[in-house]
Amino acid sequence: MPKIIYIENNGKSHSVEVAEGLTVMEGAVQNNIPGIDADCGGGMACATCHVYVKDEWFDKITKKSEGEDDMIDQAYEPKKNSRLSCQIQVSPEIDGLEVHLPEKQV
Amino acid sequence: MIKTDALIVGAGPTGLFTAHQLKLIGLGCEIVDNLDKIGGQCIELYPDKPIYDIPAIPECTGEELTQNLLDQLKPFNIKFHLSERVDELKQVNNKWKVKTNKGTEFETPNIIIAGGVGSFEPRKFSPKECEKFENKTILYSIKDKKIFHGKTVSIFGGGDSALDWALELSKNSKVNLIHRRDEFKAAQATVDKVKELSNAGKINLITNSQLKTVNGNGELEEIEIENDNKETKKLKSDYALGFFGLIMQLGPIANWGLNLNKKTIEVDTEKFETNQKGIYAVGDICNYPGKLKLILSGFHEGALAARACFKLARPNEKYRFEFTTSSKTIKNRLGVKSD
Repeated sequence: MPKIIYIENNGKSHSVEVAEGLTVMEGAVQNNIPGIDADCGGGMACATCHVYVKDEWFDKITKKSEGEDDMIDQAYEPKKNSRLSCQIQVSPEIDGLEVHLPEKQV
Repeated sequence: MIKTDALIVGAGPTGLFTAHQLKLIGLGCEIVDNLDKIGGQCIELYPDKPIYDIPAIPECTGEELTQNLLDQLKPFNIKFHLSERVDELKQVNNKWKVKTNKGTEFETPNIIIAGGVGSFEPRKFSPKECEKFENKTILYSIKDKKIFHGKTVSIFGGGDSALDWALELSKNSKVNLIHRRDEFKAAQATVDKVKELSNAGKINLITNSQLKTVNGNGELEEIEIENDNKETKKLKSDYALGFFGLIMQLGPIANWGLNLNKKTIEVDTEKFETNQKGIYAVGDICNYPGKLKLILSGFHEGALAARACFKLARPNEKYRFEFTTSSKTIKNRLGVKSD
């Protein structure tokens, strides 16, 4: 299974295996990674699964969905490399993906 | 002091159907919601998005679902207390006393929390320095636009609220409109108008920038923004307005002594009662083994919680299960003729 690395704002890193087909958000929730709230459950209706994706990965992951940037406008401290982790599909191509979590979600 | 058989917290689909179930079995209820409108997440987050998994309704939008539930409630007179958030909870003589942030007080044996993922609150600016100006010169909603006359106002955000207010306030104030990217999520006509006023020098439009910090002695005097290239810029400003949408927080309910699991409330699956007798949680906010965050689950949970309320509201009566198809009593309550 592809490995996804979640790095908390304090630097603490969690490396977990996430089944193909799930989203990066689901991988976090199922493995109890702190810092991903996912209030709306993956419907792109909130901005509480917000992550930062480093440049080298940004172009490899699923492209932004329509309307995703509108939701990111409502996230806590959005940056250029912000994504909603519920919109990033896990696949073998992104094995080893590192996502950085913001200081908080709400 | 309002006395009622059950107080429902949350006017989303689950809260509405729970009210229906309470009225059907002859109990009174009132509903409190922090939003200024009925419908909860359905109306606030996805009014236009189709929902495909409501039993017997192949497809409907959040707005249609809300309207259908309200139509279903028509036979009953239900009092809504909108734009109010439940704050204080006290137990007095086996009854619960609840007070809202507007001072409305309720006395009830039953409280049903149908709060979704909490109450909607405006998302605030992240720099900590903003706190001391909040509700004075840093605002997240506008009550009286006259206070901005002749002032310099910095508006942050890229949605309809931010753009509409930028247009409105530009008539009598100097307006800076600042957004983190150069695309806007607003009606095209509004975006066009903002660009037109920007070209004419009537609105100072700054994109790809965010608030870095604020300065001022007592009142806001200056804001500092930073663009994507980390270049900063200071702008004189009497007011800063943030329109970043709404976030959801459990709010004061978190301090009610209920067993919480992350942002959800633990309940049993017989009555959907919490660890506090007479306080129930239904819909997305409740948690039990196997919980599904589906609207249909909320309906089921509300129906059972409503029956549990009967015992505490009518301790000397026995609840009798009846079908709407055959019960004369229920048909009377619904105001329909029985055969």
